[in-house]
Amino acid sequence: MKYTIPKEELVHPGHLACQGCGGALAMRIMLKTLGKNTILTFPACCWSVIDGPFPYSAVKVPLFHTAFETAAVVASGIKAALNRVGDPKTNSVAWAGDGGTFDIGIQALSGSAERNDDMFYFVYDNEAYMNTGIQRSSATPKGAWTTTTPVNHPKATPKKDILAIMAAHKIPYIATASIAYPEDFTRKLEKAKEIKGFKFFHIFAPCPPGWRANPKDTITLAKLAVETKLFPLLEIEDGEKYTINLPKKDKGKPIEDYLKLQGRFKHLKENDIKEMQTFIDKKYNRLKILEEISQ
Amino acid sequence: MKKDGDKIIFENAADLPDMAKSMGTTRFNKTGTWRNERPIVDTDKCTGCGICWKYCPDMSILEDENGKAAIDYEFCKGCAICVEVCPVKAISMVEEEK
Ligand SMILES: Cc1ncc(C[n+]2csc(CCOP(=O)(O)OP(=O)(O)O)c2C)c(N)n1
Ligand code: SF4
Ligand code: SF4
Ligand SMILES: [Mg+2]
Repeated sequence: MKYTIPKEELVHPGHLACQGCGGALAMRIMLKTLGKNTILTFPACCWSVIDGPFPYSAVKVPLFHTAFETAAVVASGIKAALNRVGDPKTNSVAWAGDGGTFDIGIQALSGSAERNDDMFYFVYDNEAYMNTGIQRSSATPKGAWTTTTPVNHPKATPKKDILAIMAAHKIPYIATASIAYPEDFTRKLEKAKEIKGFKFFHIFAPCPPGWRANPKDTITLAKLAVETKLFPLLEIEDGEKYTINLPKKDKGKPIEDYLKLQGRFKHLKENDIKEMQTFIDKKYNRLKILEEISQ
Repeated sequence: MKKDGDKIIFENAADLPDMAKSMGTTRFNKTGTWRNERPIVDTDKCTGCGICWKYCPDMSILEDENGKAAIDYEFCKGCAICVEVCPVKAISMVEEEK
């Protein structure tokens, strides 16, 4: 068999993620590349459940379960302790959901980023509070159904622009990554390993039950998110230098292709879809300009 | 500490460990029982490209002695991602038997 990403598995099967979970695959790819010399910190999120009940664990590295709002600051503390015992090499990794990042964890995240602590922060973004039953977060896209934004009043505001917030911290490395493009993801991880300071990864992670999607479509959806320019794969260095990796062509696929595979968008009317397309095009054009002026 | 296969059994407080991570793994949890449908690999069609292996969220694609994909039915949850991503359509789903 041909292996295009590291072969060694650092996640055990038998974990508790749903069938076709994007967040589970994201962890599998991330740990393969960062390797055994890693300490994880999880706030409350699906991954605190996926890891399994005491005394079992699904990951082959040390793991610290912490309070919902504290992922970044706990990982900062672990890094400080590692430095204190003379081990500057071990990776300290915060791994949080979108709720734990865009909402409740944002002040701890901002603190660690502003101090430029030498650590990784990953948000696996499934666009809602999935673990507690699909409540909207500030990462939920405008128009989406969740249990707290029912179809008669779907989410009214756009998804928070977390990349702009992180870029404003002028941290050395920000990347978006997708489970549909594991080679791109591992390349970025390898690059980030060589960078001292705060590294932020935004991972697009489809959630079949939360998105009312078929588990078989998890990779298709992640791929379409990139191909429609909804979730471009990019890197931002020092908060200023933008590089768009994918999609290669500026003319993306229509957003309908992505929406129609998900029950959470089933109620959208033609006009809503048009509005969404305009939003995506505008945002992508802005990114292109940022890329152009930063080269 | 007592073990029953991959399961860990606690009988009293003295059995509690200092470090949970030193104990067991989720391999005790045979998620293959979750399946409604099972993926079947047609090894004549499979080219051993490794794409299904790369995308399985459950580490349930193994490699057989000829370098072809083999499913680990002990853990495969039956999501059918492998069926979707296979470029030569070598994997198909069949209904699980009771
Ligand atoms: C302070 C606090 N408030 C609420 C909760 C309940 N809670 C646990 S996980 C969770 C949702 C997490 O959502 P997200 O961060 O997006 O991760 P996901 O479950 O989607 O993976 C909530 C609300 C909590 N554990 N702590
Ligand atoms: S609810 Fe969604 S994110 Fe959570 S384990 Fe299930 S598929 Fe994964
Ligand atoms: S059906 Fe899903 S869990 Fe089973 S081998 Fe295929 S991708 Fe893995
Ligand atoms: Mg979430």
